[in-house]
Amino acid sequence: MRLRVALILGLWLIWEALARSGLVYQGVVPSSLEIGAALWNLVGDNAFYYNLSITGYEVAMATAIGTIAGIATGLLLGASRFSSQAFEPYLYCIGPTPKIVFFPVLMLMFGAESGSKVAMGVISCFFPISLSVAAGVRQIDRVLIRVGRSFHASTWQMVRKVYLPALVPPLINGIRLGLGVAIVGVLMSETKLSNRGLGFMAIQDYAHFQIPEMYAILIVIFTLAMLLNSLVARIGMRYGVGRARG
Amino acid sequence: MAGRRLSARVERTAALLSGFIAAALGLMLLEGLIQKGVISRFVISPPSEVLASFPMLLFSEGLIDHALQTFGETFAAAALAAVIGMPVGVALDRSQLLCEACETWIAGLASAPLILLYPLFLVLFGRTALTIIVMGAISGLPAIILKTREGLGSARPVLLDVARSFNASSSQQFWKIKFPAAIPTIFMGIRLCLLLSLLAVVAVEFLIDLDGLGALISDLANRFEMPAMYGAIVSVTVVSACFFLVCEKVERWLRPV
Repeated sequence: MRLRVALILGLWLIWEALARSGLVYQGVVPSSLEIGAALWNLVGDNAFYYNLSITGYEVAMATAIGTIAGIATGLLLGASRFSSQAFEPYLYCIGPTPKIVFFPVLMLMFGAESGSKVAMGVISCFFPISLSVAAGVRQIDRVLIRVGRSFHASTWQMVRKVYLPALVPPLINGIRLGLGVAIVGVLMSETKLSNRGLGFMAIQDYAHFQIPEMYAILIVIFTLAMLLNSLVARIGMRYGVGRARG
Repeated sequence: MAGRRLSARVERTAALLSGFIAAALGLMLLEGLIQKGVISRFVISPPSEVLASFPMLLFSEGLIDHALQTFGETFAAAALAAVIGMPVGVALDRSQLLCEACETWIAGLASAPLILLYPLFLVLFGRTALTIIVMGAISGLPAIILKTREGLGSARPVLLDVARSFNASSSQQFWKIKFPAAIPTIFMGIRLCLLLSLLAVVAVEFLIDLDGLGALISDLANRFEMPAMYGAIVSVTVVSACFFLVCEKVERWLRPV
């Protein structure tokens, strides 16, 4: 831990030396004091909380819708080998596409307000969640499925009593990946075309050459994204996700 | 055994064919709904018009030139990431102290939304291709570093013990044992880096409207050339999918058994 803190301190010293050396234009690399002051102003500004709530709402909605759609699709693909072989190649092919290219289409469908940003987040997080759930369904112990069927469990009972409990680890893994890309999708679309949200704030600061303010908002975005990621990782740890297998 | 394999192959072909037919039927249904006016053609272009826009995309809009630009930037970004990342990975493997200090931060960066740093690089390098390449390199860098470190750490201890018993120098141990053992994992890192770089390059091109496939889509959307915009989106999807599959094949082909 000490080493990691020492590394951060070292990087901070290098930054400060660079900012004060005059080697680079100070407008581009401002001193950490200026960035600290901008950060202080930012957290005291009501507009920041308004924009944070907008981005938070968009990310939460996108993750919720993407998760529900991803689970449904993952269950359909994972439960049937035929449907998996028929349709999963399409998901694998569209999955690695940079989703931001769909933004103009989403703008036409959902308008320039929050709807298009939520949709951007949904298509970003849908693919990792559905593929993770489909892979998880295929890894479910066949014995559990046979036991369920031998008790004549209905489809809904199979989903509720067998599939979903066994799917918690791959689902959390998928949500963790999905949440990360949903945040990126929402914020990128806010920087492209929006009049609110944290992404909009960052690009406005860039456009007005308010560089310390831009650094401050980027620090906040990174910190929040990493905190959310580690929160989901911690939840996952409780269910054995990410633990080394002995 | 052979019969079971044959029936599995028949089942797989039937499934792939069904998927293809379902996709084709979906497109035909979409075409019908748009032609009937149920779905506005100003929101979704009819698939027939999208198909008809490809000659325009190829000959008037310079689709090939834009694709070459995107690939050039992607390979430049991945090369930059490899040149920086592989030595860092080696350094992390050689120094326990450095590894303890940095590895967690680098792993954290791998899951951080690095693409959102693009306004910062716009300030540093301006609206140039360098910004796109640096963003691509930064996006792929953690993958290369972590996979190089992981690969070098995966050499079998017994082989290293044998090398030591033959008084092999540290450099000989690296080149004769550790590096060959790390090659498969390093290739995996390079593949991941290429894919992450492509994602970042297209995204930044789109966001800052500067050449490449991303900028082409943004430009067509701004001009409201809807069928051509859909055509360009289809092109990006196909190109990304092919790139993903080719990378996977090349990695498998280059991998020592």
